[in-house]
Amino acid sequence: MTEDLMSGAAIVLKALVDQGVEVIFGYPGGAVLPLYDELFKQNRIRHILVRHEQAALHAAEGYARSTGKVGVVLVTSGPGATNAVTGLLDALCDSVPLVCLTGQVPTHLIGNDAFQEADTTGITRPCTKHNYLVKDGAQLASVMHEAFYVASHGRPGPVVIDLPKDILINKAAYQGPSKLGHKSYRPQIKADGKSIEAAAALIAGAKRPLFYVGGGVVNSGSQACADVTAFIRQLGAPCTQTLMGLGAFPGSDPQSIGMVGMHGNYEANWSMHECDVMVCVGARFDDRVTGRLNAFAPHSKKIHIDIDPSSINKNVAVDVAVVGDVGSVIADLRAVWQAQSYHLDQAALADWWGRINQWRARKCLSYQQGPQIIKPQYAIERLYELTKHRDSYITTEVGQHQMWAAQFYKFEEPKRWMTSGGLGTMGYGLPAAMGVQIAHPDALVIDIAGEASIQMNIQELSTLGQYRLPVKLFILNNQYMGMVRQWQELMHGSRYSESYSDSLPDFVKLAEAYNAVGFRIDKVEDLDGAILEMINVKRPVIFDCRVDAKENCFPMIPSGAAHNEMLLGPGDTAQRQGSEDGMVLV
Amino acid sequence: MMQISDIRTHIIAVLVDNESGVLARVIGLFSGRGYNIESLTVAEVNVREKLSRITIVTSGTPMVIEQIKAQLSRLVPVHKVSDLTIEGPQVARELALIKVVGSGERRVEALRIADIFRARAVDSTNESFVFEIVGATDKLDAFIGLMEPLGLTDVSRTGVVAIARGPHPL
Repeated sequence: MTEDLMSGAAIVLKALVDQGVEVIFGYPGGAVLPLYDELFKQNRIRHILVRHEQAALHAAEGYARSTGKVGVVLVTSGPGATNAVTGLLDALCDSVPLVCLTGQVPTHLIGNDAFQEADTTGITRPCTKHNYLVKDGAQLASVMHEAFYVASHGRPGPVVIDLPKDILINKAAYQGPSKLGHKSYRPQIKADGKSIEAAAALIAGAKRPLFYVGGGVVNSGSQACADVTAFIRQLGAPCTQTLMGLGAFPGSDPQSIGMVGMHGNYEANWSMHECDVMVCVGARFDDRVTGRLNAFAPHSKKIHIDIDPSSINKNVAVDVAVVGDVGSVIADLRAVWQAQSYHLDQAALADWWGRINQWRARKCLSYQQGPQIIKPQYAIERLYELTKHRDSYITTEVGQHQMWAAQFYKFEEPKRWMTSGGLGTMGYGLPAAMGVQIAHPDALVIDIAGEASIQMNIQELSTLGQYRLPVKLFILNNQYMGMVRQWQELMHGSRYSESYSDSLPDFVKLAEAYNAVGFRIDKVEDLDGAILEMINVKRPVIFDCRVDAKENCFPMIPSGAAHNEMLLGPGDTAQRQGSEDGMVLV
Repeated sequence: MMQISDIRTHIIAVLVDNESGVLARVIGLFSGRGYNIESLTVAEVNVREKLSRITIVTSGTPMVIEQIKAQLSRLVPVHKVSDLTIEGPQVARELALIKVVGSGERRVEALRIADIFRARAVDSTNESFVFEIVGATDKLDAFIGLMEPLGLTDVSRTGVVAIARGPHPL
């Protein structure tokens, strides 16, 4: 029997089509020329040409996070692969499903220090969920399918497939996706019934319950978010969200007490400190959330729902561990709640809300907007008010603007908010917004940026132009790496070492150079009009919003401090110079 | 807070796909997350299904050991992780080859001690022996300690391999 043999490059393309891939983000080079030749001959898969490989990864992340599909990347060997590393680790930290195809020198040259050779599987091993080097064409098709399974099952993550050039050229047999996915990798989806019952009983006995929801809920899907929301509403309990979990529970719901953590809401952090039962759903007790560990939520019993067993008891010991997918767990939990006729102690809950409302009354996000200089918080608030009823998606870079966006932009549904949480990658927002806009061509996609971060992948303005992507870059320009400057002020005696953004480009002229539209706004009264104009422009926009250079991001838990030691504003800082212990923390 | 006294030595057995890079993945996990490796052995144990067994001796607090097991379990090519130290009685053995160079009374003494420890001479010249010894780690340590003044020049140890007692497989 003769099998139909195809080139390795054709096998890769056919596998992508069979996996339902519509778009890939990439950059060509010598080792992947056979794949680009194959791309040229077909029209099933659209290729988006970025200007730097890192941007291809972030674009694929934006695409994946706004759709729930696997993002796909194609880069060449050597520098193509090494440029991809930051994006891979970013996706690993934030659990984003990606498949990244990297070119490699032909198998007979591997290990010879050939031109554009890199030990890609070695370099990317700690930056990926899994990786493959394909040395046998007969394995190629099955590795391709397996990679999609691994990337998207269990806790999602990036998978690299390293493809030597001879494997792409030589002929081999194709095989379709298998039902099995992988011979042994079977993440636990349905949780153990006993753990569900223990969790339900613990919640039922709570006097001061708190739900703490994270990115795992978003990753579990829109239905899981709706079910978690319905359960929390049924209980009447307060809900705080992590940076990654914004949108998993509606931000404007009265039961939402806002974001938790270093720049989280006063009421959210105090609720964490004072609660007696904490239900952590798809979050991981990250150091940005917990503050000082030995003072974290000292009066609480903790339930941790996570699909990744290694997240449980990693930083914080919990009382009930529930390993499984949030969607499945919450359905089972609700069934037990119903069957046992559980309900919360309403009098205790009313007392609890009374305390929370006192913390809320501190209005921790308040700021003083004068008549002249625009406060960055005000700019985000206006952006939110003028875009909230539209089909809008927000990405960010990393720094003060990111925290202000998280504080002031409220998300009512999941997959609308794309930010680099775990790795904190400056330069994430613009390429991520490209990926979002590719997936949602008619939506309003805004990258809330800082003038420093935006320059880290500014070359992608060219990509926006090429594909006519009307992404809006909303830059809060304070002429500082603001978060660095803030830490230097609070922890290092206001010695602003290298944090001033000198020699900034003229962003309006830069926009013109890339055939985009530029705005520069520095007066409060011009802000609304310009935002509306920006929304209506059907081209890429750079919005250079000049804001108060000295504004700091509050509230803040200084590193090394506990939730009940929050700083509410500049007035608080005099009492507390950073502690020695806090100085060594990031 | 965990005390130093909570730190215990554990023997962990890991069944993995025998594919390229799998050992690097396991070792990289230990170095990348700051875990300790006291010894590590690996060999294919199932040719048909291409499975290798890795035996790792590590130490840590109960929370760290739990993390090590969870982190190992989530590696894609890992089939099974078992903490032999806490999952019941186990047999743990190590093999060493030990070269001792000397003559006269020291040579006779080396042979006599080897006999007591049931070490076998597997190579001999007029001025040297190579002893093979199998046993628990502390037995090997004791033997090597006794050989030191008698002309010990070279030691090669396998690290610990271990298996659970009783009828049940990993």
